[in-house]
Amino acid sequence: MIQTAASPADRATLSASVRDRLSGNPLLVIGGSVVAVIIIVAVAAPLLAPFPADAGAATHPFTVLRPPSAQHWLGTDQVGRDVLSRVLYGARVSPLIALFVLLIAGAVGIPLGIAAGYFGGWLDDLIMRITDIFLAFPALLLALALAAVLPASLTSVTIAIAATWWPWYTRLIRGQAASVAGRPFVENCRALGISRRRIIFRHILPNAITPLIVQVSLDVGGVILTASALSFLGLGAQDPTPDWGLMVSEGQSYFTTDWWVVTFPGLAILITAFAFNLLGDGLRDLLDPRRTFLR
Amino acid sequence: MSAAGTAGGPGRAAAGGGAGPRLQITGLGISFGSRPVVALDELSVGAAEIVGLAGESGSGKSMTTLAVLGLAHTVGASVTGSIRLDGQELTVLSQSQLRELRGRRIAAVFQNPAAAFSPVYRVGHVVRRALRCHGASGSEADDRAAAAMRSVLLPPDLLRRYPSQLSGGQLQRVAIALALALQAEVLLADEPTSALDVTVQAEVLELLRGLRESAGLSILFISHDLAVVAELCDRVAVMRDGAIVEQGPAARLLSTPAAEYTAELLAAVPGLEAEA
Repeated sequence: MIQTAASPADRATLSASVRDRLSGNPLLVIGGSVVAVIIIVAVAAPLLAPFPADAGAATHPFTVLRPPSAQHWLGTDQVGRDVLSRVLYGARVSPLIALFVLLIAGAVGIPLGIAAGYFGGWLDDLIMRITDIFLAFPALLLALALAAVLPASLTSVTIAIAATWWPWYTRLIRGQAASVAGRPFVENCRALGISRRRIIFRHILPNAITPLIVQVSLDVGGVILTASALSFLGLGAQDPTPDWGLMVSEGQSYFTTDWWVVTFPGLAILITAFAFNLLGDGLRDLLDPRRTFLR
Repeated sequence: MSAAGTAGGPGRAAAGGGAGPRLQITGLGISFGSRPVVALDELSVGAAEIVGLAGESGSGKSMTTLAVLGLAHTVGASVTGSIRLDGQELTVLSQSQLRELRGRRIAAVFQNPAAAFSPVYRVGHVVRRALRCHGASGSEADDRAAAAMRSVLLPPDLLRRYPSQLSGGQLQRVAIALALALQAEVLLADEPTSALDVTVQAEVLELLRGLRESAGLSILFISHDLAVVAELCDRVAVMRDGAIVEQGPAARLLSTPAAEYTAELLAAVPGLEAEA
């Protein structure tokens, strides 16, 4: 009778309610679709790119800096590589950095935040003061310093950004966890003899995580921009890597005469960041339990 | 402060189990650091008895509930004295032993039903999980949840709703149903009707009275509202500043209060002045 998913009739109403929610949530649909397209492009880059070899170290001295044409839809760069192919392959670099940064930041930040918020006391003080120390550094500066110490590579950029990113999640989750821990239903759980582990994982976490999910999806754009900034400063991806930030960086000196070299990778960053922002806004609406409506 | 430590002694412990009270509180002291908030000499709830604990805000009623549940430490208080359930001393049990008892033998219903359920789960999920945590199998949990819903006069279908889709009165009944499904012997009802409007309040009181008859539930009913206490309880204890100023049969205490404070409380209830 009371399982959450049981009969086919239940599933039908469930999928109907999903459809209802999506149709009332265009942000989520648009953001989600664009993100899906980006993922497809990343996976299928070798099939989609007209000149797959140009994503690497190929050089074509005779077709340097050609404007967009039928052959090279987005033109060619300073060593003659097809910009379209590089932008498409770029979908494999920046979003992947963002994914790993956010995974690491979440994996570090969420448990610390939950522990600080739920247990409080000296543990809270300890965790939050360490967090404050990290937050006291300007994030980009800390990332720059780290990236400068570590060998210039995508792994270093990922680590450097993640190191500046997790304290925000700890702070966010800590506040949420502390407020949820004080709510009567948690007391009710204790009064029902529910174990502490279960309270933390089944009641504190799901009730505290929604703002974080939204924040994470909004942050995808921010991480991509930060990674691009580091690449732009020469601390991240190195030349043949088709990183969008690096392409903007290398193309900047040609911007006034050969605009396409900078514009298209820049647009790719813009679209990706924007799509994840829309997705984040849409998720916020979808996941807010108070907006669950009656059927 | 009254006698600290486990008052009673071996003679008393042996008397438990049979005819003694279900819940027996003796020499209970609760304090925050060095500041005592409750010093309760003696309070008991017999089998199928409803005992009212009345008093103004801050008199220590809710702290007493938390102490009985073994949860006073979660708000930073320390507890001394003796709390016995069917003769078994609770204050010496470990948290994991207490966890076994909580819900299964002592259940609690709190003031604000709308906040008592996690908003992300269907209420049925919460009821099922609580039953599963206390050892019921999946299908058994379903059956007992549905049966408990019927005994609080709600259609079992409501278990598929989210808390935000139920009214306060319905949620409070689900909370009581949860205690019933767990087959608790003692129900600690901490202001269970204060957040409800008067007609719903009357229904919940009627329900509690019915459950005492049908399930033999012992209820410690905590309220600042003497009118409600007068209507429901067999015996009443009046609390002030952490101590019991007077206790006795409800009818006697409300008609001829011995303590001045009880008389004051009664005078504060419209249409329920003491006649003495």
